[in-house]
Amino acid sequence: MTGTSAAAAHSTPGVSAFVYGLAAAAIMAAAIGAQIARDRIYQQRERDTERILYVRSGEAAKRITLDFDALAADVYWIRAIQHYGGDRLVGARAHKYELLYPLLDLTTTLDPYFTIAYRFGAIFLSEPAPGGPGRPDQAIGLLQKGLIAQPTKWQYFHDVAFVHYWHLRDFKTAAQWFQRAADQPDSPNWLRPLAAGMLTAGNDRASARILWTQILASDQEWLRKTAARSLQQLDTLDVIDQLQAVVRRFPPPPGAPYSWDDYVRRGILRMVPFDTTNTPFDIDPASGTITVSTASSLYPMPSLPS
Amino acid sequence: MRAISCIAVNVFRESVRDRVPYNLVVFAVLLIASSFFLGQLTAGQDVKIIKDLGLAATSVFGLFIAIFIGIGLVSKEVERRSIYSLLSKPISRPQLVLGKYAGLVLTLAVNVAVMTVAQFAVLAYLTWTSDPAIQSAWDAPGIDPALLKAIALIFVELMLITAVAVFFSTFSTPLLSAALTFGLYLVGHFNADLRNFEVAVNSRTAAWIARGLYHVLPDLSAFDVKTQVVHGLPVPAGYLALTMGYGGLYIALLLLTATFIFSRRDFK
Repeated sequence: MTGTSAAAAHSTPGVSAFVYGLAAAAIMAAAIGAQIARDRIYQQRERDTERILYVRSGEAAKRITLDFDALAADVYWIRAIQHYGGDRLVGARAHKYELLYPLLDLTTTLDPYFTIAYRFGAIFLSEPAPGGPGRPDQAIGLLQKGLIAQPTKWQYFHDVAFVHYWHLRDFKTAAQWFQRAADQPDSPNWLRPLAAGMLTAGNDRASARILWTQILASDQEWLRKTAARSLQQLDTLDVIDQLQAVVRRFPPPPGAPYSWDDYVRRGILRMVPFDTTNTPFDIDPASGTITVSTASSLYPMPSLPS
Repeated sequence: MRAISCIAVNVFRESVRDRVPYNLVVFAVLLIASSFFLGQLTAGQDVKIIKDLGLAATSVFGLFIAIFIGIGLVSKEVERRSIYSLLSKPISRPQLVLGKYAGLVLTLAVNVAVMTVAQFAVLAYLTWTSDPAIQSAWDAPGIDPALLKAIALIFVELMLITAVAVFFSTFSTPLLSAALTFGLYLVGHFNADLRNFEVAVNSRTAAWIARGLYHVLPDLSAFDVKTQVVHGLPVPAGYLALTMGYGGLYIALLLLTATFIFSRRDFK
């Protein structure tokens, strides 16, 4: 073999490797292109598929996963978070959060000691739309399931009480559950006065502030965010009370509608009042009732008298 | 004893040549990668999930090693006809079976040990980078010696599965051995249901048969204390000792039967 032909013999595999590499890269690029096109065209179909829950029975899932039930619980927990977060981010949709309870139920059947799954359920299952499915009954059911696994966990008693207080407005039952929470070992000392205060004062913002301030100290960021929003709502309720007093004291001339412009023009208010999210308050032209705008992130507001 | 240890060391060397330790790299990468990504997805449950994932991966990788190497330990020698040269040496058949078993257990021990170190390293990193206020909310400390209890039981379970694989390997083909071992693994995890069978059926005889099967088949669900350990719940020392003792006795029974079958086998 001559030197030239030897060089050619060496260079041919090099060239073909380059061509193969190029062809592979082109095919890969085409595959990615096809994937992107498919995702764009069939986006909705994919979302619909994501919303299917193949296994709904926790007991069946526990058997299928053998020794790996705790890991399967983690997978369902991540799915619950994604489901909740996804539905919260997108706009109006029918059957919103419909998988939240089954996912949390599966998670807690696979791992009955998954404390945060019960507590997440307590807060977000009972949250009314658009922040949640508005199912306090499911939240209480989930927490009672937690109490079967850990009958002395004061946090679950506290969360049941919280759902009765905040979402069901059943202050007597809430006070009883707070009392039961206070009776559990290692419970914090602020629970007993809270229960007593609730029995006497019932529906008041001071108790709500105590509860949300405790939740604000949580190690979980999503709980802190919810608590911060709820405390903002309580502050906003105070502001509404003050504004309402002003509006009642200085009504518009007979026959004229209630409006912020009128109050600014008359010098009673310096400017149109805003809530803590920089959204103007709504005022009903006929009755003068002040409410948080539906455009505000604080909407819907709780109904707690001062 | 010397013959058994020589065979065991050779089985270990062979598994290293078969690139079994590669799964350790996969395990370490899996854990480290997940520790970085899970924190974003799990709403503060990253330590729990790292522990769950680490323990499950230790169990799964070990299971694959136990089954896929265990089934070929004896049958491969028979298929290759290397059994003739082996048995012509001053090695008895029981020594060969026990040596093969010990070698695979050694491989598993090294694997489990390295995976444990990798898991503790990732947990140490997470503990080091987490705020003390967040750490105080964890069910159990990040670097929790109680994890070793779960790992010890996983290891004994893997030893038992290896003994099952070696047992089938002494009289069956590798494919059938794999199917039977995996089948027994599944049955072993459903076994605890047989204990309470009388609740589900009216027949007293069926209930007694189920109770009998519960005692005869390996009870593998007893080796699973992962959930308790991850949540910081107590696992009594007595429970550990009894479960390990049960595992040891079952392994002894399987190896005894395996050596008996292998000793009577005709290789002509």
